[in-house]
Amino acid sequence: MAPGEPVSSFDPRRVRADTPLLRRVINERPITYLDSAASSLPPRAVIEAMSRYYEMRHANVHRGVYQTANEATAIYEGAREAIARFINAPAGANEIVFTKNATEGFNLLAKSWGHKNLKAGDVVLVSEMEHHANIVPWFQLREVNGIEVRFIPVNDDFRLDLTDIESLMEGVKLVSLTAMSNVLGTINPIKDLAALAHRHGALIAVDAAQSVAHSPSDVTDLDVDFFIFSAHKMLGPTGLGVVWTREAILDQMPPFLGGGGMIADVRVDGYTPANGPSRFEAGTPPIAEAAGLGAAVLYLEGLGMANIVEHERNLTSDALSRLASEFDGRVRVIGPSDTHSRGGVISLDVEGVHPHDVAQVLDQFAVCVRPGHHCAKPLMRRFNLAATARASFGPYSLTRDTDVLIEALHHALTMFG
Amino acid sequence: MSSLEDLYREVILDHYRSPRNRGELPSPPARRVEGFNPLCGDEIVVYLEVRDDVLVDIKLTGHGCSISQSSSSLMSAAVKGKPVSQVREIIANFKQLMMGHEATLGSDEAPTTADLRAMGELAALQGVVKFPVRIKCATLAWNTLAQGLDESD
Repeated sequence: MAPGEPVSSFDPRRVRADTPLLRRVINERPITYLDSAASSLPPRAVIEAMSRYYEMRHANVHRGVYQTANEATAIYEGAREAIARFINAPAGANEIVFTKNATEGFNLLAKSWGHKNLKAGDVVLVSEMEHHANIVPWFQLREVNGIEVRFIPVNDDFRLDLTDIESLMEGVKLVSLTAMSNVLGTINPIKDLAALAHRHGALIAVDAAQSVAHSPSDVTDLDVDFFIFSAHKMLGPTGLGVVWTREAILDQMPPFLGGGGMIADVRVDGYTPANGPSRFEAGTPPIAEAAGLGAAVLYLEGLGMANIVEHERNLTSDALSRLASEFDGRVRVIGPSDTHSRGGVISLDVEGVHPHDVAQVLDQFAVCVRPGHHCAKPLMRRFNLAATARASFGPYSLTRDTDVLIEALHHALTMFG
Repeated sequence: MSSLEDLYREVILDHYRSPRNRGELPSPPARRVEGFNPLCGDEIVVYLEVRDDVLVDIKLTGHGCSISQSSSSLMSAAVKGKPVSQVREIIANFKQLMMGHEATLGSDEAPTTADLRAMGELAALQGVVKFPVRIKCATLAWNTLAQGLDESD
């Protein structure tokens, strides 16, 4: 398939055929990849876009005047435009900052916007289901200027407990929440929470790392203020993250990292930072990765986000009902039990078998799942768990993957039972 | 599935299902040392009581995978009641084993030193070496014990 060529109708088998890694055979079994929540598998179009840059267009960006340098710059800036379109950024590519990953995005938010705009006693409201990337930078800022980091609790149904949200909002300057939990699969009501935050005079930042490839991401419709995600969870390459914010906010944010590319002028007595996204992109950026991300956006648009959402909902619904009926309660899903406001991230607690051992046994079946605390230790503590074994779907997943998962889980239970 | 059975040998599963020396010791006089594996969230607490340079008692609590739990159980059985100097040798030998020096154990040659004989069942953990990401599971308790001994010096 040519890069970016639209797929006329959604067919997960076609996506599989486009994804080279799914041809792997491990332990004499075809790979069953159920770890898209950790990192999704790039289609050939993404890999080829990166190769094409290195083979034919390699040059630094924003520098040379020669042909390939112009092409490299066009690829890099083209990816920014593709992302702006993909998330419906109201002022387009000028609102898109490229970072190393979503984690760096939250560090940019805390250390640039937060450092300038938050003072002692101001509250950043996060939740118990956040990834460490949306917790630790706020704790670090707290050490610097004495902000308060407050947590929205998670209820026993694995959803945000919004019962006392009005009082929790007291003193809040920023609400910073995940759109989809990387452990529970829970999809949070971001649009409602954005309205609530704005009613209280606060801004809202969204951790879209988990949601971006599994639900439509329209920042204009959601009416949020920051939208942060990474390329490699949306079929793109590692090493590239995205921060979107409104142009008016971005223009007022101080630089983050200093160096080449982020300046308008440097003199012996000081420097003037550049305007726009460049101000936050010091040094040679990940150009090949941007080429890959641009191709990933075209690929996802070709599949159609609505198609992906429906496909993964069907897979999740099927998996949840089979996991509930197959194991006499010995396999517990740590997350909502139905597909209402829920994505295809399924954390499992297997009776008497530690998640690491679950994952090790599954590996013998060439099933890739992620054991661990998923960088969400406050959430693990909330549910008195050390870890879970997490299976997660992507657009290339099939019910056959769930078949193998269940077969392998039976084996793990027998082995440790 | 041979390699999986190589990892999860019967001795390991036995120690996982029925861990030895599980529990706590009054501290003081026992020393209490915590060990964490930040990558997977495993936690272990080792209680050790050293008297006259002998590790007279050891107990363990915490949670973790079968490898970390069985390794800590096997460790406790191997070191309990031994002089501290010998415990240190057993720790060193075990860490050598985890670094892939399995030639000293499980080879055709019988262990020749008292230290290696003392390891006995520990050789069951040899299979872990073939699963590099699990080595840190197996060594968690040992590093924690070593830390405890260092602190009691």
